[in-house]
Amino acid sequence: MSTRIFGSGIRRREDPRLITGSATYTADIRLPGMAHAAMLRSSHAHARITRIDTSAAAAAPGVVAVYTGTDTEGALQPMPCAWLLPDAGLKIAPYPCIAKDVVRYTGDIVAVVVAERLHQAHDAVELIEVDYEPLPAVTDPEQAAGADAPQLHAKDLNGDAIEGNQAFHWTVAGGDVDAAFAAAEADGVVIKERILQQRLIPNAMETRGAVAQYNRASGELTLWNTTQNPHIVRFLCSVVTGVPEDKLRVIAPEVGGGFGSKIAAYPADFVTVFCSKMLGRPIRWTETRSENYQATTHGRDHVQDVELAATKDGKITGLRCTVRAGMGAYLSTAAPGIPTILHGLMLSGCYDIPALKEDVYGVYTNGVPVEAYRGAGRPEATFMLERLIDMLAHKLDLDPADVRRRNFIPKFDNGHEVVTTLNYDSGDYPGALAKLLEHTGYQALREKQKAGPANGRYLGLGLSSYVEICGLGPSQVAGAIGFQGGLWESAIVRVHPTGKVHVFIGASPHGQGEETTFAQIVASEIGVDAGDVKIVHGDTDATPMGWGTYGSRTTAVGGAALAVAVRKIRDKAKVLAAHLLEASVEDMEYEDGRFFVKGSPDKAKTIQDVALMANVAWDLPEGMEAGLEASTFYDPPNFVFPYGAHLAVVEVDAATGHVELTGYTALDDCGPQINPVIVEGQVHGGVVQGIGQALWEGAAYDESGQLVTGSLLDYALPRADGLPPIDVISTVTPSPHHPLGVKGIGEAGTIASTAAVYNAVMDALRPLGVTRVDMPFTPERVWRAIQEAKGS
Amino acid sequence: MFAADFDYYRADSVAAAGRLLAEHPGAKLLAGGHSLIPLLKLRLSAPAAVIDIGRIAELRGISVDGGTLRIGALTTHAEIAASADVQRHARALAEAAGQIGDPAVRNRGTIGGNIAHADPASDLPTVLQALGATLDIAGPHGERPVGIDGFFQGVMTTALAADDLLTAIRIPTAGQSQGSAYVKFPHPASRYAVIGVAASLTSGTGGGWRTVLTPGASRETVCSNASVAIGGLVPAPARCGAVEQALAGKPLSDETFAEAAAAVGGDLGDDLLGDVFASGEYRKAVAPVYVRRALAAAASRVG
Ligand SMILES: Cc1cc2nc3c(=O)[nH]c(=O)nc-3n(C[C@H](O)[C@H](O)[C@H](O)COP(=O)(O)OP(=O)(O)OC[C@H]3O[C@@H](n4cnc5c(N)ncnc54)[C@H](O)[C@@H]3O)c2cc1C
Repeated sequence: MSTRIFGSGIRRREDPRLITGSATYTADIRLPGMAHAAMLRSSHAHARITRIDTSAAAAAPGVVAVYTGTDTEGALQPMPCAWLLPDAGLKIAPYPCIAKDVVRYTGDIVAVVVAERLHQAHDAVELIEVDYEPLPAVTDPEQAAGADAPQLHAKDLNGDAIEGNQAFHWTVAGGDVDAAFAAAEADGVVIKERILQQRLIPNAMETRGAVAQYNRASGELTLWNTTQNPHIVRFLCSVVTGVPEDKLRVIAPEVGGGFGSKIAAYPADFVTVFCSKMLGRPIRWTETRSENYQATTHGRDHVQDVELAATKDGKITGLRCTVRAGMGAYLSTAAPGIPTILHGLMLSGCYDIPALKEDVYGVYTNGVPVEAYRGAGRPEATFMLERLIDMLAHKLDLDPADVRRRNFIPKFDNGHEVVTTLNYDSGDYPGALAKLLEHTGYQALREKQKAGPANGRYLGLGLSSYVEICGLGPSQVAGAIGFQGGLWESAIVRVHPTGKVHVFIGASPHGQGEETTFAQIVASEIGVDAGDVKIVHGDTDATPMGWGTYGSRTTAVGGAALAVAVRKIRDKAKVLAAHLLEASVEDMEYEDGRFFVKGSPDKAKTIQDVALMANVAWDLPEGMEAGLEASTFYDPPNFVFPYGAHLAVVEVDAATGHVELTGYTALDDCGPQINPVIVEGQVHGGVVQGIGQALWEGAAYDESGQLVTGSLLDYALPRADGLPPIDVISTVTPSPHHPLGVKGIGEAGTIASTAAVYNAVMDALRPLGVTRVDMPFTPERVWRAIQEAKGS
Repeated sequence: MFAADFDYYRADSVAAAGRLLAEHPGAKLLAGGHSLIPLLKLRLSAPAAVIDIGRIAELRGISVDGGTLRIGALTTHAEIAASADVQRHARALAEAAGQIGDPAVRNRGTIGGNIAHADPASDLPTVLQALGATLDIAGPHGERPVGIDGFFQGVMTTALAADDLLTAIRIPTAGQSQGSAYVKFPHPASRYAVIGVAASLTSGTGGGWRTVLTPGASRETVCSNASVAIGGLVPAPARCGAVEQALAGKPLSDETFAEAAAAVGGDLGDDLLGDVFASGEYRKAVAPVYVRRALAAAASRVG
C-alpha cells in the first residue's frame, strides 16, 4: 500500500500557474527604482574595434549610463571555464564580459546602456558608434582547424600560444583498434562515414535574463537569473564580480525551459551586476529572441569521421573516429566536457565492442559558444553508432534489427564494464528491442515496404537502440575528469507540527515537474498526502547547496538524496512512535503513514501524531532531539544508465523530396517510474527535439559569419501538425545502486530519436540509390540526393 | 525588439482614414498588424505615424450579390476560411486562408493587409490571380476598381499609392461546372508558401458538333476554361499562361494535368525566387508537381 503514490500519474502541480500565466519569471521582477539594461552586440563575426563613441547614446533621453569594455576591464574577471578537461592540452582563451579590442562572434557584447525605460535603452544602443576593422571569419569547425584558417586567439589565459584554433585534443581508447581494423580489412568489412552533427539552437520558451540588486550599504547582491543551477551561478558570479558568496543570493524564479542553454554563466548577467554595483540601483536585463539566437549557447556542431570494423557475419570488432567539435568563439562554462566525457565514453553504446579509439579536437570558431544541449554529447555518440550499424546491415544484406541483436551486451542486472571503462549499472538491451519490434509489428511493416512505393511515396523504417549515462555523478569522478565542482545533491526535509512537509533541495527544476515527483517520493516514504509536501528550490539563501538540474540528474541524484533524508525521518518517527506506544523499536511496524506494534495495527500512531509530539517535544525518548527534520548529502556511487529502443516510420515523396514522419514508437527504460505521465511528457518532448534535428533544425552562418537562421522565421522548430502520435512504452529495470532504483528520463528521447529518424529516411531512400544526406532533411536536400543518385 | 517611436492615430471611417493619410504623408495604415508590426519591431520600417484602420466596420464582412462575392478588406483569414459563401463560391480562397500561418495569425491577419503587403510568399495574392479578382481602392480622388492582373508588381510592391486604401475584394462567383483549389508547400518555420498554386477549372463538353451529329459518340468532359497562378516561383504571383493553354479543350484527366503542369514556368522568365531553404532551381523543378496536384484537386470539385 505504501507505494500507492509512487508510480501514480497524478497531475503536475506546476501546471496551473504556468498555464494561467500567474508564474513569476525573471522578466516579471519589478523593483523600486529599477532601471533597464540593453546590450550592444557585435555586428561582425570577427573584427578589431578601432573606435567606440558613446556620446550620442549617453545624451539620449532617459539614459543613465553607458559602459564599454574599458569600464569593465579589471572590474569583471574573464568568464571562467569550469570543466578543465585533463590530459587534453586544454587552452582556455580569455573571455572578457565586454569585448574591448576584438570581437569574435556576432553577439559578443561591445557596450551596455542603462536607461530609465526599456525602450530608451534599446533606442540608445542604436546610437553607439563603433568602428570595426573586419577580420576574416571562420564558423565551420573543420575549416577552422585547417592550415590557412583565420586565428581567433593568439594566447590562452596562461599566456601559452593557441595554435590552429585548437582548444583541446582529447582521446579515449580501449582494446586493440589497429588489430581490429587490420583483421577487418583482410577478412571482414570496414564501413566509413562522415557525419555532420549540425549546430542547433536550443530555443527555450523563455529567453534569458537577469535582475541585479546591489545594496551599497550592506555590500549584498541579489541576482534573479534564468538558470538551471543557481548555486553554480553564485559561485561563478562571485569569481567574476568579486561579491563574496556570503553576500550573494541567487534566485532562479520560474525558469521557462533551458535544455542546457541555461547551465552556463553568461557575460550579460555579470554585466548587469556590474551596472547595479556602479549605479546602486536594481537593473533588469531581458534578452530579446533575436539576441537569444545570437548569444545564448548553441548545441552539437560536430564533424565526425567514423570507421567501423566488423566480421562478415556482422559482429562489430572495432570503432575508430575523429571528431572536430566546434566550440564557438570562447569556451562556455561546461563546454569542454560535452563532446568528450559525455560523448566519447559512451561510444560503445549498448553493444559489445572490444576495441575503439576516438580523437576529439575542440576547435574555436567565430560562432556562438557551444554548450550542453539536451542529450549533450550522447545523441552525437548514439547517432554515430546507430548509423554505422544500419550501414553495416545494408552492406551485409541483413536486417538492421538482426545486426543489433548480434552485437548487444547480454542482459545484466548489477554492473557491466565496457571498453571505455565505464561500469553500466543494469540493462536488457535485447529485451527492449524485442519488445519494441513486437509492439510495432516490425515484420509486417517490412513486408509492406517490400511491396514498393505507393504514389511515389517510399516507406522507411529506422531503429535506434541506445544507452545513456546520467545521474552525474560520483564527485570523485567529477574531480578526476576536471569538473570544477562536486556532483552530489542535498535535501532537507522538515515535518511541521501538523504533519505538513517542507522539502528544501539544491536541485533546480525548470519545467520537468519535480515539484510533483519529489512530493510523491516523500508521500510514498512517510505516508503523508503528496499535496501536503512543498518543494522549495531555486534560491541559494533558502536551499542547501546543489549542483543543478541538467544531464537528467535531478531525480537520479537529488531524488536519491531526498529518499535518504525522508527515510531518516521515518526512522526517527518510528523510535518516537515506539516510545509513545511504550513498545520496543524492534517490535514496531510501519505501513502507509502509520506506526504500530506488530500484530496490533489498530493501535497506531500516525506520522502526524508523531510530528506533533516531535515538534512540541513534551514527551520524547531519552536523548532524542526535538523536531522532525533530516538532511542528507547524497554522493552517488556510480552513474545510472537508462536505455531503450525507438522505431521511426517515414514516407518520402520522391517527386518533391518531402519527408513525412508517419509513426514513432519509443521504448524507454528509466527504472521504476515515479509518475508515468511525467515520464511520457519527458519522452514526448525529448523525442520531438531529436526529430527536429533530423528533419528541420540547423543553425547556418554565411561566409562572413553572420547567422542566417537568425529568427523563428528561418529556424524551423518542430510543430504539432508535422508529427505523428508518439507511442510511448517501457520496460522497468531498476538501478541496483539507487535508493529508489530510478534512472533519468529527461534526455532519453533526444538521444534516441535523431538516429531513428535519420535511419528511417535513409532506409526509404535506399531503393533510389541514395546513401548519404546531411541533416536536416530539407525537401531540397533530399530531392537533390535523389537527382544525384539518378545521375550516377 | 522595439519599434522606433511613432504617433498613433485611429480612423473610424474610410473618409477619416483618407484625411489622416493626407495630413501625415508617409504614414502607414495598420490593419491586423501581422506584417506591419514585425517590420516596425525589426526597424525595417520607421514611419512617423501609424493610422489604425482596424475598427472601421464598413471594411469588414462577406456578402454575395448576384454573380459577385464581395469581401471587405478587414475581413480576417479565419473569417474567410470559415465562411460558407467563400467555400461555395471561391473554394480555393477559403482553402488558402485556412492554411495561413497558425490560428493566431488567422484570427488577426486581414485579406486587405495580406494583399497590400504583397509578400512574394503570401498565399492570397496567388489565389486572387487565379480567381480573377477585382480590388476596390479608395484614393484621394475617390474609389476606383483595379483588376488583379498587373496589381502585383514585384517583391512587396503593388499598384497601391501611399495614400490609397484598399476597401474590398470582389470575385466572380464560381459557376456550376467550375472548381478551384489551392495547394501549398509551406515553409516549415514561417509557414509562408515556398510554392503555392491556385487553379480554377471550368468544364465543358468536348468533341464539338460532331458528338451531336454522331449518335453514340462519347461526350467527353473537357476543360473549357482554366486559370492557374503560382506564387513563390518568381518575385510576384504569376498567371501560368503556358499551363492554361495546354489545358484548353483537353479532357480533365491525370495525363492532361501532368502534361500541362510540365509547362509551368517556361513563360515566367529566369528571375526565380530562392533562399537557403529552397533554391530557385529546386522550386522550378518541383513546381510542376504542385501544379499537377492543384489541377487534380480543382477538377475533382468541378460540379
Ligand atoms: C507568424 C506569421 C505567419 C504568417 N504566415 C502566413 C502565411 O502562411 N501565408 C500568408 O499569406 N501570410 C502569412 N502571414 C502574414 C499574414 O497573413 C498577415 O496578416 C498579412 O500578410 C497582413 O495582414 P494584416 O491585416 O496583419 O496587415 P498589417 O500588418 O496591418 O498591414 C500590412 C501592410 O498592409 C498595409 N495595409 C493593411 N491594410 C490595408 C488596406 N486596407 N489598404 C491599404 N493598405 C493596407 C499596411 O499599411 C502595411 O503596410 C503570416 C504572418 C505571421 C506573423
